Amino acid sequence: MVQQSNEPAAGAFGLDISDSGAGAVTLSLSGDWTLQRGMPQSDTIVEQLKQRQPNRIAIDTGGIGRWDDALVNYLMRLKEACDSQGLNLDTSGLPDGAHRLVDLALAVPERADASRTVERVPFFESVGKNFLAQMKDAREVITFLGDATLMFGRFFTGRAIYQRRDLWLMIQECGVDALPIVTIISLLVGMILGFVGAVQLEQFGAGIYVADLVGIAMLREMGGIMTGIVLAGRTGAAFAAQIGTMQGNEEVDSLVTLGVPPMDFLVLPRMLALMLMMPLLTIYADAVGIIGGWLVGASVLDISTIAYFERTREAVDLADFFLGVGKGAVFGAVVAIAGCLRGLQCGRSAASVGIAATSAVVTGIVYIIALDGVFAVLTNIVGI
Amino acid sequence: MPLKDNSIEIRDVDMAFGSFVVQRNLNIKIGAGEIFVIMGDSGCGKSTLLRHMIGLIRPARGDIFYGGVGFWGLEEEEQLATTRNFGILFQSGALWSSMTIAENVALPLQQYTKLTPAEVAEIVTLKLALVGLRGFEDYYPSEISGGMCKRAGLARAISLNPSILFFDEPSAGLDPLSARRLDELILELRASMGCTIVVVTHELASIFTIADSSVFLDADTRTMLDMGPPKTLLTQSKSDKVREFLRRGEPEPKVA
Repeated sequence: MVQQSNEPAAGAFGLDISDSGAGAVTLSLSGDWTLQRGMPQSDTIVEQLKQRQPNRIAIDTGGIGRWDDALVNYLMRLKEACDSQGLNLDTSGLPDGAHRLVDLALAVPERADASRTVERVPFFESVGKNFLAQMKDAREVITFLGDATLMFGRFFTGRAIYQRRDLWLMIQECGVDALPIVTIISLLVGMILGFVGAVQLEQFGAGIYVADLVGIAMLREMGGIMTGIVLAGRTGAAFAAQIGTMQGNEEVDSLVTLGVPPMDFLVLPRMLALMLMMPLLTIYADAVGIIGGWLVGASVLDISTIAYFERTREAVDLADFFLGVGKGAVFGAVVAIAGCLRGLQCGRSAASVGIAATSAVVTGIVYIIALDGVFAVLTNIVGI
Repeated sequence: MPLKDNSIEIRDVDMAFGSFVVQRNLNIKIGAGEIFVIMGDSGCGKSTLLRHMIGLIRPARGDIFYGGVGFWGLEEEEQLATTRNFGILFQSGALWSSMTIAENVALPLQQYTKLTPAEVAEIVTLKLALVGLRGFEDYYPSEISGGMCKRAGLARAISLNPSILFFDEPSAGLDPLSARRLDELILELRASMGCTIVVVTHELASIFTIADSSVFLDADTRTMLDMGPPKTLLTQSKSDKVREFLRRGEPEPKVA
């Protein structure tokens, strides 16, 4: 016997349990079982069923209106709960589609060992793990430096395998193509130095010494650093992304299996190009920076052009110039190493190419600044 | 250094990344001139085995023998000399994207032969003609279709007339007709060049068409389940999973 349940409010879902004799019960579903009306939970009904301990549970969906995932989800949970409690739920009374979906969802049982639990790592353990990861990275950097040294050995003895065309392309990409951005940045840096100097020095009537400040600062420090940072962002990231993508395409593997060292074929042209172009770009940046300083000196302090450049010539000497250019070459190597290393370390997914490019920029800039500090200390000791 | 013969033997090999074991206890013999298929469900380590076989990854245990010589017991120079006998077609073709198709095929020739540029160009055209890509010499990999990239990769793989050819999922991403043409090309290459061919694939049609012998790697038990000609395995494999795999999961036909 099926007892008709109380009619629920129009549209809302309704659920009733009724005895249908001989230890069996019937679940009567009615109304609309749609996600818009909310997701009913099966916990309470399972409790009620547990108390009754029926030998068979039938489902009557005669009064049901519209239904969607809300009904399927509810029945799947209910069926699972009943199965685990040893209750016999008969789903044959369901609408055909719902019946099939519930069966399909339960066809493959949940893999017990598949779902992952996020383990909370104790503080000291994570510190230790990070330290070990850093050590591993440091070892890889040192290995890379060793490989690069061997690579230059092969290059100078003419045994390196690379395409000369690649080298020219790289020279164009990191040299000529970088001129506009290097121009803008150095001009602005020169002007900023000029302004800072002008405001301070004018108080003492020593405005002309702006030329000293801009000239020395550009040649010794800012020319090399700013060019290095621009190229780290521009070229280092590009190197990491190019080589990282090749890693994902198995292009690097196909070089290795052919016996062509990726160091020669991919790293050598990039490193050579940057180490050749960086000093030239640094010289260019120095000149543009001094022009920036002159623009400020001439317009704010009314220093005559001849006086400004004459003062600059007196203030700086060749040692400043070569120090800056030498630093430029070193920074070029740093940017190339960071870009190529991160590219070769790259994994095989799109996300890891992004990480490699980011890491190449960060590594490049950090090492440029750190090395500049080392240079400052060394030149101070040597007295340049 | 040419190989003594074109046979391959994988002896007691375990493959692992750190502490994560991919496959263990692999013992596989591939006869000279055979077309051998490595099959298995997704994620079982088929491609990883291939990367071990071409010398990119060192096995955690065991060794791989080419013509009876253990690869990982060799000096680095000798290893390189051994891999020079290999031709490899990677899954995506792995053409060097900064070079034209002709330059891709030419690089191994420039590297390991003393041919003049004009002779190299002729060989390149020949190899491209063999894979049906004559006339595409000056295209860049990004300008041709995926199937053409694969065939160009094959042209590069056979540029040095290898003794052993490796294919990583050759028909993946190809339409049925292109896949079939590639199968025919594989059979043709074996017949004409006499090389041993190792193919990683799970395309059943392809497996039954080309394979002389095969091995099934299982992702659950992490070892090989069975080895033999696929047509024999289909009916006589001792493993239910292998028979089911080869039948594409369809029920076993009743034997009268």
